[in-house]
Amino acid sequence: MSTKAAVHHDDHHDHPKGMKHWFTTTNHKDIGSMYLIFSLIMFFIGGLMILAVRAELFQPGLQLMQPEFYNQLIGNHALIMIFGALMPAATGFANWMIPLQIGAPDMALPRINNWGFWLLPPAALLLILPFILALFGVGDGAAGAGWTFYTPLSIQGGIGVDFAIFAIHTLGISSILGSINVIVTIFNMRAPGMTLMKMPIFAWAWLVTAFLLVATLPVLAGAVTMILTDRHFGTHFFDAAGGGDPILYQHLFWFFAHPEVYIVLLPIWGFMPDILQTFSRKPVFGYKAQVYSLIAIGVLALVVWAHHFFTAGMPIPALAYFMYATMSISLPLAVLFFCWIANLWKGSMTFETPMLFAIGWIIIFGVGGLTGLVLADVAADAQYHHSYFVVAHFHYTFFAGGMMGIMAGVYYWLPKMTGYMFSEKLGKLHFWLTAISFNLTFIPQFFLGLAGMPRRIPDYALQFSEFNAISTVAAFVLGLSQLIFAYNIIKCMRGGKKATGQVWEGARGLEWTLSSPPPYHSFTKQPTIK
Amino acid sequence: MQFLNKLFIGLFLTLTSLGALADFSWNFPTPVTPMALDTLHVHNKFMVIIMIIFVVVLSIMIYSIFTHRKSKGYKASKATGPSTKSQIIWTMVPFGILLYIDFILMGIPAFHSIVLMEDTKTNAEMVVKVTGYQWRWQYEYMDGDAKGIKFVSNLSTPQDQIDNKAPKGKDYLLEVDNRLVLPVDKKVRILLTSSDVIHNWWVPAFGSARDAIPGFLRETWVKIEKPGTYRGQCKELCGKGHGFMPVVVDAVSEKEFKAWAQDQKTKLAAANAGADKQWTKDELIAKGKEVYLKNCSVCHQPGGQGLPPTFPALTGSKIANGPIFGADGKYLKDSHLDRILNGKGVMPAWKAVLNDTDIAAVIVYERNGLGNSVGDVLQPSQVKAARQ
Repeated sequence: MSTKAAVHHDDHHDHPKGMKHWFTTTNHKDIGSMYLIFSLIMFFIGGLMILAVRAELFQPGLQLMQPEFYNQLIGNHALIMIFGALMPAATGFANWMIPLQIGAPDMALPRINNWGFWLLPPAALLLILPFILALFGVGDGAAGAGWTFYTPLSIQGGIGVDFAIFAIHTLGISSILGSINVIVTIFNMRAPGMTLMKMPIFAWAWLVTAFLLVATLPVLAGAVTMILTDRHFGTHFFDAAGGGDPILYQHLFWFFAHPEVYIVLLPIWGFMPDILQTFSRKPVFGYKAQVYSLIAIGVLALVVWAHHFFTAGMPIPALAYFMYATMSISLPLAVLFFCWIANLWKGSMTFETPMLFAIGWIIIFGVGGLTGLVLADVAADAQYHHSYFVVAHFHYTFFAGGMMGIMAGVYYWLPKMTGYMFSEKLGKLHFWLTAISFNLTFIPQFFLGLAGMPRRIPDYALQFSEFNAISTVAAFVLGLSQLIFAYNIIKCMRGGKKATGQVWEGARGLEWTLSSPPPYHSFTKQPTIK
Repeated sequence: MQFLNKLFIGLFLTLTSLGALADFSWNFPTPVTPMALDTLHVHNKFMVIIMIIFVVVLSIMIYSIFTHRKSKGYKASKATGPSTKSQIIWTMVPFGILLYIDFILMGIPAFHSIVLMEDTKTNAEMVVKVTGYQWRWQYEYMDGDAKGIKFVSNLSTPQDQIDNKAPKGKDYLLEVDNRLVLPVDKKVRILLTSSDVIHNWWVPAFGSARDAIPGFLRETWVKIEKPGTYRGQCKELCGKGHGFMPVVVDAVSEKEFKAWAQDQKTKLAAANAGADKQWTKDELIAKGKEVYLKNCSVCHQPGGQGLPPTFPALTGSKIANGPIFGADGKYLKDSHLDRILNGKGVMPAWKAVLNDTDIAAVIVYERNGLGNSVGDVLQPSQVKAARQ
């Protein structure tokens, strides 16, 4: 393709305008932006749900809601945060950045890309609709069986469970389409000279993620379909009275949901080295070690699922296997941590907002990783399991390791996406408020768990009062601080100081060779990698 | 910045003042069984290990953050990985340390704990069966002095305390009407199952938590080494009453246990005798109200209005106002008695939980109270006959 033709080609389509543009767009950047905005909205909806829960838990006694509604809130908070906020944010970054980073004009399957996104809003609606229907006296609200849908509790539930099952199906289709697109794009659309081992780590991490999604989502879809037929068509997959087994569901569910942890986290581990190298002005440390570790974690993720239900009872060999296999994950993960810290070592660091989030993320996510290591121990797990210790642990991995990582990515790439710089001052304020209030919210929960407070209870014994009060106050500060985040993003989208193409002084990689924002078809002339 | 400073000071003061007031618990409750003691040791050891790792790594990072910064004019190195042989060997050292920590330092004691935890049978001196119901526990002694004793243990915290209409008692939400009584210094094998959904029987001071799964038996064990009252809760989400099904265990001396068992047997015999006696309607209604408030009102509500659509109203209900017995003298399918004995859907089966008198009484109360006035009387002897 000649340069002249390329220039002519760019930005001269008859794009529909207004809403129709967003419904029909097949452009990877448009779709990426929609994913990210959708994720932000879901983040606030899920956040509101949990603030209501924390408000109820401020004091012992039932003040604001009945236990049924409480159960609906906690389960849907998790579903919305995981499937609505964390995963779409990662997919949004993949859409935006993978073509830019590997030198491609767009994703390989643009129409599937469009469909993948537009499945999300109806799925979110399916999750939220039962709450609204209940206001009009239809049904008894959303699913109240936790996000895990353990049988037989989920079989007892009302129409909320059916809604959630269809939501999970829809979200699953969307994720599989997104994954196929990532795999096809990475394998076929790399610029000449970009071998797999020269590819940015973000693309590698997403490749592993995509394979995990394709491998495990069908299992979840199957498991929830079995719940559906148990509920309505008289099957007995999970009913002991009919020869089924309630624990079978837990195996199927966690075969998906443990890899899910890595599905959420891997893309973040993928772009973190980019952020660290940019602000330490030192190239990525241990590229090969990081890539091999990501693959190793992807493989191990598939074989450790049963550590989520040690207390359900298992023979000793199974307990020992799942314990040691889980502990093994700490090895590749430690390699990653080692590389990240080595990337900082002897760098020339500056501390812009993305870097603050990245460093805070390493430290706080480290707590999540280390507590995960002790949770693998079967005997101690009997105490930790289903207590607030576990709640604190997985918020250290999912909020700190997940959300704060995504915030680092947003701040890092926002100037590239919008073409404007965001307010550093607000960004830093957002970071400090988030990091401090996050720890004040969840450190007390570690102690609550050790003292014996089970999770998912709407009311608690008096000795748990003080820690719960601290946790609730801090949670509200944490929630309100996110308004700064939203304000900063919206402000940045509307204008401000123009961003240069490179944006950050130390930024490396193909996406920084383009203007900010990049042209509509990114690389109209294919770059060559030496 | 001024705002931030104020916020820090404010938070600091709040935390310290709370710390002065409260009696915080920073770790597991004092262990009273071998398993809990072992768990505490393993937990403490692991916590020390991960804290050391955390502090060491954090110190390296903090050192780097304060030294290797551009504002101090530090020039970045271009290293992308270990290059010389000695560097490669050095990078293997943390890896080796971690291998040692994972599989030796933590791995070996953790394995011993598993073996201890799973050894439910060796030298077990008695067996207790625990059945989870939504939302109560049933205990049954399978052998020994207390063989045959079987009772249900319900939350005894009044609803007014939960609804903030009355001041909360000391053991708010951790108190029950009938406690599980166990002798100290005896290894008790605990069998667990459930009649509806998955529950989890957990007493933190015992270190034993195990799921109660419908249709399956799971087991754990306790050997309580110190007399006292120990409290715990269900810790597997089991529906709306999940936060309201505590476990309370009284650990007593062997002698007291024997006395308690004898006393329970006498009471049980009296209750069974009640089934053969002819009750008056008023006696049944009074007794039935008691049973209703303890077992039924969580879902069907104290006034009988229910929580539709999941938990139907009893007031004006077809079942509670319909006939119980058919022309042949046998109880009808989907009659009031059938529903209470055998359950259906969310409604649990009560035949294993309530005795004949309780079932007869609660049926009479539901038919002649809660806004219903069917007027008929069901005798405990009829329930007894219906069970056969």
